[in-house]
Amino acid sequence: MSSHPLSIVIVDSDSERARTICDGLAGMAGARYAIVPPGPGLARRIAALHPDLVLIDADNASRDEMEELTLASGPMERPVAVFVNQSDSALTRAMVEAGVAAYVVDGLTQARVAPVVDAAIARFNMLQKVRTELDATRAALEDRKVIDRAKGIVMRARNIPEEEAYALLRRSAMEKGRKIAEIARAVVTAAEVLK
Amino acid sequence: MTDRIDLGFVPLLDAGPLIIAARMGFAAEERLHLRLHPARSWSALRDMLASGHIAAAQMLSAVPIAGRLGLGGAAVDFEAPLVLSLGGQIIGVSHDLAAAMRDAGHSPGFHDAFATRTALRRARPSGLRFGVPFPFSMHTELLHQWLGDEPGWRTVTVPPGRMPEALISGEIEAFCVGEPWGSYAVECAAAELILPGSAIWSAAPEKVLALRGGWAEANPDLAGRLLRAVWRACRWLVQPDSLAAASDLLARGDALNVDPEMIERALSGHLLLSRSGVTVDSPGFVNFHEGAANFPWRSQAAWLGWHMGRRHGLDGTQAAEAAAACWRPDLFRQHLGADAVLPAASAKVEGANPLPVTAGANRGTVLLGRNRFFDGRIFDLSAPA
Repeated sequence: MSSHPLSIVIVDSDSERARTICDGLAGMAGARYAIVPPGPGLARRIAALHPDLVLIDADNASRDEMEELTLASGPMERPVAVFVNQSDSALTRAMVEAGVAAYVVDGLTQARVAPVVDAAIARFNMLQKVRTELDATRAALEDRKVIDRAKGIVMRARNIPEEEAYALLRRSAMEKGRKIAEIARAVVTAAEVLK
Repeated sequence: MTDRIDLGFVPLLDAGPLIIAARMGFAAEERLHLRLHPARSWSALRDMLASGHIAAAQMLSAVPIAGRLGLGGAAVDFEAPLVLSLGGQIIGVSHDLAAAMRDAGHSPGFHDAFATRTALRRARPSGLRFGVPFPFSMHTELLHQWLGDEPGWRTVTVPPGRMPEALISGEIEAFCVGEPWGSYAVECAAAELILPGSAIWSAAPEKVLALRGGWAEANPDLAGRLLRAVWRACRWLVQPDSLAAASDLLARGDALNVDPEMIERALSGHLLLSRSGVTVDSPGFVNFHEGAANFPWRSQAAWLGWHMGRRHGLDGTQAAEAAAACWRPDLFRQHLGADAVLPAASAKVEGANPLPVTAGANRGTVLLGRNRFFDGRIFDLSAPA
């Protein structure tokens, strides 16, 4: 195989993530990158770029279109294979967990592709962690807001000060074995219904 | 003690048996907690099963066979101890193509494969593109059976939920897809349904329960409990009384997330063909159980192997043999002997029964459902052609 620069295509429904991954891989020498948005005609658009390696987020519904590339329809076409299969279960697991799938053209050696795939896995994992943290922060903020609203409702309904209202919510949560935010949500919903 | 099994599915009508097994108590009856993992593509589901993230999955019947024949992107080793469903595929066309077919003077009956094919040819003499959910699928095989060497037609892979988009963009003019996504295309893209898969082959094995090769032998107790729970869910699904409850369960956000009416139409074979309100009754549109439908006949796998193999340049007989080996009627017999009536044979002549027939079984006889191709051809494993 010649050592021409690897041509890598990244497909991601989230264009921001695609760019981040592209930036993360850009430091690797001897590779060219292109980002392709999913959507109608994905396999055709990818094939037109003649990539050596395609990275795609595993959760992408367009993934099945990639399977078409595995069936070479002409003598000049290089069929594509899923980069890993059962023969390398540790890497498959890492990829499934990170949520990335890689397709490579026939004849490309593992040594050339593996560093890129490893870097992509690391990048996906990192982004996933950032996302999870962001979601947790958002949820906490959301909880805060709903607890405040519930507190206000209880204060007005019972004519009691803030600390007492909060204590009431907390006690009720403890007795029912639920989160205080869940109780607060129930209070807010009930108040809306009774309005 | 309750054991957990992780199960994968793609949101389709024929994920029903797994969802019902988990939610209607059939798993609990076997002391199983089935944890369901929805997947957005067959590739993702295949990876999840191959890597051991899940123990079993609803799978396109052609996928284990493609894996065994070395076709496609991943060399996977899957086995099918149980068939989840026969039929359930629907062929539909864009609003424009439907109009062109009518202009060409045709109003073929919904179950008339010959007349519909002629109408298609007249409306699009140089061919057209069909969306199918996966290159290795019964959808693809049925189109090949039906259209054969009609000029210029080809398939394009389009995820089921994206058929409307692909129709509107002009990427495809027709599709063959599993319900409820054909009905969904009627609603979202004014598509018109023209032919059920059952009109091409009345007993086409569409989805199987797929396990990794060797898993059932390594976990015989779990495998037996899983098979029984899924088989009983299949039996429940075909009871007329189950229709409303099944439709509601499958329509839920954690399952298919569509209008329950759409599910009910598909389950009962009462289909809405177009936005103009034309409906049709399509008996046997999908079959989850009746007529020994869950038994994994080796001849079904051989049929798939023969046709898929030959189209991709393999020796047909060898491909049929390799394919037949990944259907596991022996596991079905081992684990379902007390529940199901077991046919005496493990292979049959596919397409040979225009009407239901009785066959020898472990307890008297078993009734086998209709099994007929639209053109009357047959497939005999001992002399494939």
